[in-house]
Order: sequence, then C-alpha cells, then structure tokens
Amino acid sequence: MSLSLLIFILIAIATLGSAAVALALKNIIRAALLLVVSWIGIASFYLWADAQFVAFAQVLVYVGAISMIVLFGVVLTRRAPVSVVDTTVTPSMRAVAGVASAGLVALAVVWGILGTELPQTSSRAAAPVVDMRAIGLELMGQYAAAILIVGALLTVALLGSVVVASHEEKLMKNEE
Amino acid sequence: MNPFTATIWFESFARRAESLPVRIHDWILGLLPAWPWLHWLVTALLAIVVILTFYGLFFAMITVTERKGLGRFQNRPGPNRTGPCGLLQPFADAIKAICKEDIVPATADKVLHFIAPCATVFFGLLTLAIIPAGPYFTALNLDAGVLYFFAAGAASELAIFMAGWSSHNKYSLISSMRALAQLISFELPLLLISVSVVMAAGTLSLPGIVAGQSSWTLGGIIPQWNILTPWGIFAFIILFIAALAETNRCPFDLPEGESEIIAGHLTEYSGFKYALFFMGEYFGMLALSGLAITLFFGGWNAPCEFLQFIPSYIWFPVKLFMMMCLFIWIRATLLRLRIDQLMRFAWKLLVPLSLVNLVVVAFWMRTGDWAGPLQLVRWAGAFALEFVPFLLIGRHMSKGLGPRKYKYAQ
Repeated sequence: MSLSLLIFILIAIATLGSAAVALALKNIIRAALLLVVSWIGIASFYLWADAQFVAFAQVLVYVGAISMIVLFGVVLTRRAPVSVVDTTVTPSMRAVAGVASAGLVALAVVWGILGTELPQTSSRAAAPVVDMRAIGLELMGQYAAAILIVGALLTVALLGSVVVASHEEKLMKNEE
Repeated sequence: MNPFTATIWFESFARRAESLPVRIHDWILGLLPAWPWLHWLVTALLAIVVILTFYGLFFAMITVTERKGLGRFQNRPGPNRTGPCGLLQPFADAIKAICKEDIVPATADKVLHFIAPCATVFFGLLTLAIIPAGPYFTALNLDAGVLYFFAAGAASELAIFMAGWSSHNKYSLISSMRALAQLISFELPLLLISVSVVMAAGTLSLPGIVAGQSSWTLGGIIPQWNILTPWGIFAFIILFIAALAETNRCPFDLPEGESEIIAGHLTEYSGFKYALFFMGEYFGMLALSGLAITLFFGGWNAPCEFLQFIPSYIWFPVKLFMMMCLFIWIRATLLRLRIDQLMRFAWKLLVPLSLVNLVVVAFWMRTGDWAGPLQLVRWAGAFALEFVPFLLIGRHMSKGLGPRKYKYAQ
C-alpha cells in the first residue's frame, strides 16, 4: 500500500468519523464544532488531491464563514447554553428519512459515475499543470458569466436578509 | 588592500552573509545519511524550530518593549527590576503564568475549555508559517499564499467562540459573540485590501508579491514599494486599522476592555491558558504585521540599493519591530471606541473605501505607460479618486454629530 493511499484512508476516516459522531451527539454545539472538523477533513482531501485553491477556499468559506452562521444560529435560537435536542420525530421516521436522503445521494453519485467517459487505455496521462494564474484566467474568461450570476445571487440574498431583519425591528417597535 | 579588492571582498562577504541560513541547512543535512524522507523530515523540523524560536523570542521581547514603552508614554519607568533594564521580565512572567493555579469552572465544557487556547496559538503559528522573512526564510512557499493566510486566520474565530461558550458564563458568551461580530466585520476590509495588492502584483504568492517590489528608482534611493503609490498609502492605512481591530488592539480592544467587561471571553481563564491566549493574540499581531510588510513595505528588501549588504534576515525583523512599535504607540495614544461606532466604522467607511481602492488600483495599472507630464496627472488622478470618496463618506457619516445630547440620561 502506498503512502498516498494510506493518507487518503486516514483523511476519509477522520472526515466520515467526525461527521458520524457529530450526528450521534446530543450536545448541539459540540456537534457543530465536529462538523467543522469534518469540513477541515474535506479541505485536506483537496490538498491531498493537489488542489490548493479549492482547499483554501473550502477552509475560508466553510470553516471561517458557514461555521459562524451555524454557531450563531444555534446560540441565538437555543435558550440554555447546553441544551439537548428534543425532537418529536420517532426513530423509525428518522431511519426512513436517513435512508431516503442517503439513497438520493447515492443515486446522484452513481449517475455521475455512469455518465463519465473513462479513458479506455490504462496508460496514465500527464497530470495537468494547474497554477493560480490559469484558474484566474478561466474564471475571468470562460466562466465569467457564472461568477457574475453567483455574485448577484449572493448579493440579492444578503439584501433580502437585511430587509427581513429590518422589517422585524419595525414590527417590534409598533408592538411597543 | 586597494579599493577595488576591498569592494570585491565586501561584496563576497555580503553574499556569504545572505546565504548563511541555507549553508547551515546544507551542513546539517550533510551530517545525516542520504535518505530522501529523512532530509524532508529534517527540513520541515528545522523550519518549525526556526519559526517557534524566532517568533517566540520576538513575542517575549515585544511584551517587554510594550510594557516599557507604555511606561515611558505614561511618564513612569516600566518594569526595571528583572535582569538588565528589566529585559528578563517576559521570562519571569512566563514562570509566573506556569506556576499559577489553573481554575476551570465546575460547569464548564472541559474539553472545549482546554482546546480553545491551544487552537488560538496553533492557528497563529499556522499563519506565521506563510510569512516570507527572507529568500531562504520562507517556510511555506505556496502558489495561493494570500488565500492560505486568510484560511488559517479564519479558524481563530472558532477558538474565540469555543472560549466564550465553554466557560458556561453568560457574560463570556455574550462578549465572545461581540468579539466575533467585530472580527467578521473587519475581516472584510482586510480581504478587500489584500485583493487590491494581489491585483497590482498579479500573483497570490507572498514571495511573488515581495519580488514585485524588489527594485529601486532614482539611483537606488527610492524603493518601488507599494506604500509609495497613492493607492498604497490609503490601502495600508485601511489594512492597518483593520489589523488593529482583528487583533483586539486599542482603540478596538472592547472584546476584553479590562475596565469595562472584565476580560470578555477570557473571564473564566487563568494561569497558563490565559497566557496562551495572550501569546496567540501576539502571534496574530505579528502575522498581520508580517502581511502588511509583505504587501506594502517590500518584505525582506532593503530600503536603498546600497544597503543591500545587510542580509535580508536582518531587514525583516527590523521592519517587524517597527510595525509592532506602531501598534504600541497607537495603544498609548488613542481611546477605546464604542461597539456601535466600531461596526459603523467598518461597514460604512472601511468597506466602501476598500472597494474604491480596488478601482484606483485598476486605474493605476491601466495607466502604467503614461510618461512625462501625464505621470503627474496619473498621481493626481489616483489620489483624487481615493481622497474624494473618503471626504464625501466621512462628511456624510459625521453629519449631525455636534455636541453630544444626552437623551436618556438627563
């Protein structure tokens, strides 16, 4: 077994393990923090695959920003600092939901694999040289429209959230 | 010895001094058997040891500089009992911190309470690894260096949250949320300013940005650093203000303003864990100062061409020390802001101005071939493009702020 494969297996165990423990934990803050560990695992998988840009972007967006949204959401909505998740969902319903969502993900993955044209020969093609410059030029050239659309979408979402928040404040003032 | 041979001897001496670290590295590797993995391991370990020693000692010296400097600013001597001129004070402080009792609240989340200070120092060290301190002192030379810096820095916010939440103290939690709000708000101008430098340099790699500033004009006196362009001055000021806020320094030290809210998210910490937070904060300051030096002050380069005989690994610490003195000077001079003033300042002034800065950089890059009198137009245009929005936004923000009216406290 090569060193590279061993590292991959370790990363996979860390990522999946922390995600599994996060799902099993009752303490929701610890679960959220373990989810962050899982995201770091995914980032290290990207690093393992030699995709620096994606790895750092993953850390910046998920570990830096999304984790904050999750934690702020938890802290602002839960009453007690240590609270146990109390759901009215029965274990059987949870099992059904879990199997259904896992099945959907599996379906998407299998569909993706079947749809990919794999190379017929066993000879290895030379690894493409991907430097930051090439990624930047691609993003500003071929995929410029996609980037603009994503940016506009996020801006609209941000403005929408501001409008929603300020509306609530007005309501509260009226109630007073 | 005639002058000519003296010059040659002098130049070779300078070159030898410059390549000293790489020769020490080769000498250590030469002592070991020629296994590639061992060489890789020893190189990595050497980098870690150098980073830990250099920044650790620098941190110690900065604490004593700060205490003595603040003492001088306030017309008192400062620490002067331990060692010559009080220089051994940080080591006494370290022994004191280790010996203190470590108190953990009974209802605290013990695991997270322990992880939080460790994470602060860990991520601080991770960011320090990318700072290029010299051509042979770049521990990590990544193509996406700027991105790495901010990715490693983003995780320090998690440590603050962990500290506030795990203490099981509502005041700790509230003030950690306040600290997070401050950090998130000021991260935006910091990132936008870095983007404008990246745009000017055309690369995300930090040694690449330094290499772009390693030439001189006017006969080798004026360096071509980014700070000496109209957009660079504004960008540096914005970056420096954001760095002050990111590291909880005065005048933005309200997350742990001692006189108001005890110590914020650090209230329940004591002994060595508190010292670790302190250390992590200083590592953050050193990292941001290193970033500012890399982006605006030509990194390890000498300010004048004839000063190049002094090796690069002297220039970088000198610049770092001067940046830290700037931090200390500001701490001794300015008053603390209020939290609403702080947020307003970030979102209404710094973010728009850093966006304006991006436009000015684009203008500056587009007009690179203007010569003669047009060059004057280029400077004046860039300056006006920066200054007029600042003036307009500043006037707009301070409108109606006359003498203060006490609405509720009469």
